[in-house]
Amino acid sequence: MTARLAADIGGTFTDVVLEVETPDGTTQFTAKVLTTPQSPADAVLEGVEAVLGQALIDTGDIELVVHGTTLATNALIERRGARTALVCTEGFRDSVAMAHENRFEQYDIFMERPDPLVPRYLRLGVPERLSADGDVLIPLDAAAVRGLIPTLVDNEIESVAIGFLHSYVDPRHEIEARSILLEALPHLSVTLSSEVCPEIREYERLSTACANAYVQPLMATYLTDLADQLAKLGISAPLMLMLSNGGLCTLDTAVRSPVGLVESGPAGGALLAARIAAEHGVDELLSFDMGGTTAKLCLLTDGQPSTSREFEVARVYRFLKGSGLPLRIPVIDLVEIGAGGGSIVSVDQLGRIEVGPESAGSEPGPACYGRGGLAPTITDADVLAGRIRAEWFAGGRLPLDLLAAAQAVADGVAGPLGIDNDAAVVGVGEMVVENMANAARVHAVDRGRDLGGGAMVAFGGAAPLHACRLAERLGTHTVIVPPGAGVGSAIGFLRAPVSYELVRTCHQQLDRFDREPVNRVLEELLTEARLVVSEADGSAALVETLYASMRYRGQGHEIEVELPLTQFGPGDEAILLDAFDRAYRSLYTRVIPGMVAEVLTWRVKVSTLVAPPEPVAEPAPRTLVANRHERVLDPDDGWLDFAVFRRADLKPGDCFAGPALVVEDQTTTVVSPRFDARIDGRDHLVLTAERVTGRNS
Amino acid sequence: MSATDLIRSQVMWNRLIAIVEEQALVLVRASFSTSTREAGDLSAGVFDRQGRMLAQSVTGTPGHVNSMAASVMHFLDEFPIETMEPGDIYLTNDPWKGTGHLYDVVVVTPVFRSDGDRSVPVALFACTSHMTDIGGVGFGMSGTEVYHEGLYLPLIRFARNGEFDETVMRIIRANTRTPDMVEGDIYSLTACNERGVLRLTEMMDEFALEDLDGLADHIIDRSRDAMLRLIGDLPHGTWHNSMRLDGVDEPIDLVAAMTVDETGIDIDFTGTSLQSRVGINVPMTYTDAYTSFGVRCIVGPDVPNNTGSLGVVRVTAPEGTILNAPHPAAVNVRHVVGQMLPDTVFGCLAQILPDRVPAEGTSSLWNILIDGHSADGEQYIVMSFHSGGAGARPAADGLSATAFPSGVRNMPVEINEAISPIVFWRKEFRPDSGGDGKYRGGHGQILEIGNREGLPFSISATYERTVHPARGRDGGGPGALGRLTLKQGGDEVKPLGRSTIPGDDRLVMHFPGGGGFGDPAERDTDQMSAERRDGLVSD
Repeated sequence: MTARLAADIGGTFTDVVLEVETPDGTTQFTAKVLTTPQSPADAVLEGVEAVLGQALIDTGDIELVVHGTTLATNALIERRGARTALVCTEGFRDSVAMAHENRFEQYDIFMERPDPLVPRYLRLGVPERLSADGDVLIPLDAAAVRGLIPTLVDNEIESVAIGFLHSYVDPRHEIEARSILLEALPHLSVTLSSEVCPEIREYERLSTACANAYVQPLMATYLTDLADQLAKLGISAPLMLMLSNGGLCTLDTAVRSPVGLVESGPAGGALLAARIAAEHGVDELLSFDMGGTTAKLCLLTDGQPSTSREFEVARVYRFLKGSGLPLRIPVIDLVEIGAGGGSIVSVDQLGRIEVGPESAGSEPGPACYGRGGLAPTITDADVLAGRIRAEWFAGGRLPLDLLAAAQAVADGVAGPLGIDNDAAVVGVGEMVVENMANAARVHAVDRGRDLGGGAMVAFGGAAPLHACRLAERLGTHTVIVPPGAGVGSAIGFLRAPVSYELVRTCHQQLDRFDREPVNRVLEELLTEARLVVSEADGSAALVETLYASMRYRGQGHEIEVELPLTQFGPGDEAILLDAFDRAYRSLYTRVIPGMVAEVLTWRVKVSTLVAPPEPVAEPAPRTLVANRHERVLDPDDGWLDFAVFRRADLKPGDCFAGPALVVEDQTTTVVSPRFDARIDGRDHLVLTAERVTGRNS
Repeated sequence: MSATDLIRSQVMWNRLIAIVEEQALVLVRASFSTSTREAGDLSAGVFDRQGRMLAQSVTGTPGHVNSMAASVMHFLDEFPIETMEPGDIYLTNDPWKGTGHLYDVVVVTPVFRSDGDRSVPVALFACTSHMTDIGGVGFGMSGTEVYHEGLYLPLIRFARNGEFDETVMRIIRANTRTPDMVEGDIYSLTACNERGVLRLTEMMDEFALEDLDGLADHIIDRSRDAMLRLIGDLPHGTWHNSMRLDGVDEPIDLVAAMTVDETGIDIDFTGTSLQSRVGINVPMTYTDAYTSFGVRCIVGPDVPNNTGSLGVVRVTAPEGTILNAPHPAAVNVRHVVGQMLPDTVFGCLAQILPDRVPAEGTSSLWNILIDGHSADGEQYIVMSFHSGGAGARPAADGLSATAFPSGVRNMPVEINEAISPIVFWRKEFRPDSGGDGKYRGGHGQILEIGNREGLPFSISATYERTVHPARGRDGGGPGALGRLTLKQGGDEVKPLGRSTIPGDDRLVMHFPGGGGFGDPAERDTDQMSAERRDGLVSD
């Protein structure tokens, strides 16, 4: 028997999952406990004790602990990080404040940019300068660096980011400055921009370095404390941390570069989706995760989510691009929109239904919670449409006030539009789904794909309520709702490979491709990444993948192509060109004749091989007949009788036709009249439609 | 309209907005020109078969707000919709019938639906972006007629059956210094419209639409009504403002009269200075765009742009003034004056909406356009968008070193240095440059630029607010004036025109600050101590 443990700290809940494997099969034990912001490890321990209690196993049987957390993200959003200073090239201390010198919201006269994490008086310039080629134009003024020490001490600085211009070419000045500071202040946390983000573009690199410095002391304390506490419980298994790009790293790496953990929760969700894609043998899959405040959409192609290096944390302004702090770290590429169950619905001055991004949160919450919330929310519309049934909501522990919901929708939506409440409820649902569909399409543009043919996986408390309708809008024929959908991210953690990736800029034009320097860089990157991965897991087989960021010479945006090799032989640049042409054509229809393509940056990823899922025998279908029906408002067909099933009662092989509701504690799956449902051999609820074509007639 | 139709119309309206945003994203990602891909100098929109704009992407420049819509009407005048055929693509860079200078190419693609065995036009997509080079004297103000400014492409049919006109393409290639990039950008413009066509066709299939007429009426009527309701809440009457700019040979007065009545808002620029000899003249279409944008920032900023919402703001200027300079006036850098139009109209609006209108700001971009030859003899060009301080807002300080009204992004220093021997020795806020006030104007910045090879380089300067500052509002003080000097000796460098910086010296640029808002005596004391601690304001 072996057991593996995963814990995901979210803003509201901490989810813990224990998977126990015995010769008879795999059993999952889950716990959802309230997050304890003052001492986050407490909630993890409470959850761990709860699942151990259910499973009745010995802590010594646990062979792996995987942890993901939004603590770093929350510290950045709530500005609860360390007292941080920035040491930078003299004359450039305002780079992090000027950002891109633009307004991300064109028409809002009152727009504000997020304040930099480090205020101006703690952004300290020192004389030094490299050219773009790495030549020393001004040597580092060591005395000036030493001269900063009293300022750091007087201001009780705990953490310092060092970010010099062009340090991605040569980090020597940053390294030298670090030595000088650590000599005087050995307990200071120091982040080098050339270590966390060795990439050109000073604003993004310095912003990433400041964010890392800002959260590092907090995360180091927390992670070491958690490791100690787990050890006290008798868990001696290695503690691995979930990274934003869907890989795992060791505690040491996480303590050094905690900024890499910011998107660990969503990454877990994407990994769950990837596992489901593999189990179902589908290449293209849209992962749809909708919770209380936001929804996240992630497109998997070839069964895998893609990663991006353009990410913003703490977007302050309607989730608008540009309104957050840029972090150039590898993250799972997904879109997040401000539409969750608690999102407030309103009618704008043009008589259009607007959804979110303001949320009623948990206090006062949606009007139907009866805690004084007056504004209508998506949840209120779901309650009025009969999609959420009061008697089962949150396992029946939270009574719902239907009258309050009806009043809120009447006052906030139906009244202003001059339509009845039913039409308003349909309208809210349609706008929620339309916004999701549009966000998903834009996301697909970024990937050079069209949505449609593939499948969708829905998890999080609110996604299964709307998944069928979204599938209808996008022309998707299959929707999968996994078991334990409410703790999907934590389950995903257990599907993660150990992985590490490195990037390096090595510019090459394809018409004069010189493979020697490229091969040298690639070998260096591979060697380092292999070392990091094998430290965490020395026995596993490794998968090595090379990506190149390419563009036509003169363009400003690169597209990343995956390559089938990691070293170049004579003539192999043809492989690069071919990969680029294919990617370019799929994005922009035509390739441009006569233009020279070039590579800017190389990315190497080394991961442990994840075993493919074992095939499962599909049980013989058994058609169920419901003994209970409820009235539910369908957007096309109006009020209909929906069959009602409890998820806990369903067994592999069970099947039934929509319309139906499948009810569980943390969510309800709405099976529209256009879909059929079955429980497959892995206990997934699989919804399929024969004739869905992106319809609305 | 039934409740069902109402919801359906709204879903489709949102879809159209999503389609044009997707269209713009395709253009940004595929384009070669710096100003398009880094700065968002582009636009994309969808039109019904009468040429009424139904949705337009929100991008980095307001200069296309009305102008691209007007351009589509010019195309329909030249090529009536019934003469258009599937596979046609139309194109122009006419400054007066496009978006204001030869650098901007507008591409229009009609959309067809089959009705039995014939194809019926149902809509048009248009987009525009800024080319890397269009020949002529290059990007500066030295031309004195549009003929000096480069290749002029009238409204033409550029493709039939989806095949580009190779003759036209060869002419274009022969007339630009960067033929591959310009060809690439024209490809990306057509790809952008193709994406729109695909998405619209999918939407019409999904909703079983024969045409867009009903939806168009819905969008336009709703938007116009919303704007008229907002305008109805304003006092009716006429308000005046004028603003003086530095100008090239002599100061320029921008004089505006704003009339508000129940039919909308009219802005008339009678009294404005006459056109200039050099390329800072503004074609009427561009005046219309920036003026409308200024009004819409204050009145109805949340109402999407379309023929309905834009139609209630009407702009006029006498022909022969700098704001309605007719062909063949030089118009290359029309943004220098055009970007001052929101401030001009704000002076009128502030009289009726005192708590919604900011003070004047730097407004006109301080773009860096540097060229020279590196030691190996190769020519280099550095083009980068930078900004001074914006005006203080009622209840908030102005944004420092931030573009307004333009929405462009800057270029990273590291990128500029990677493509040239230019070195930026300093780029930081300029203390004490924001105008005093209860709310302080945004600070400018200081740039210090040299050449690491010790060779001279040239700057084509197009800088305003070096003589006439951004004025404060409601008791607030003016922003600091901009200034260009050499580092050694401090010689002045002229702010408008071309200068050469000696190889052993550096150019120091002091960017202007924004005007303040309200009485400085009422400034919050905590804010005052914070800005002193930060070194942004001296005692």
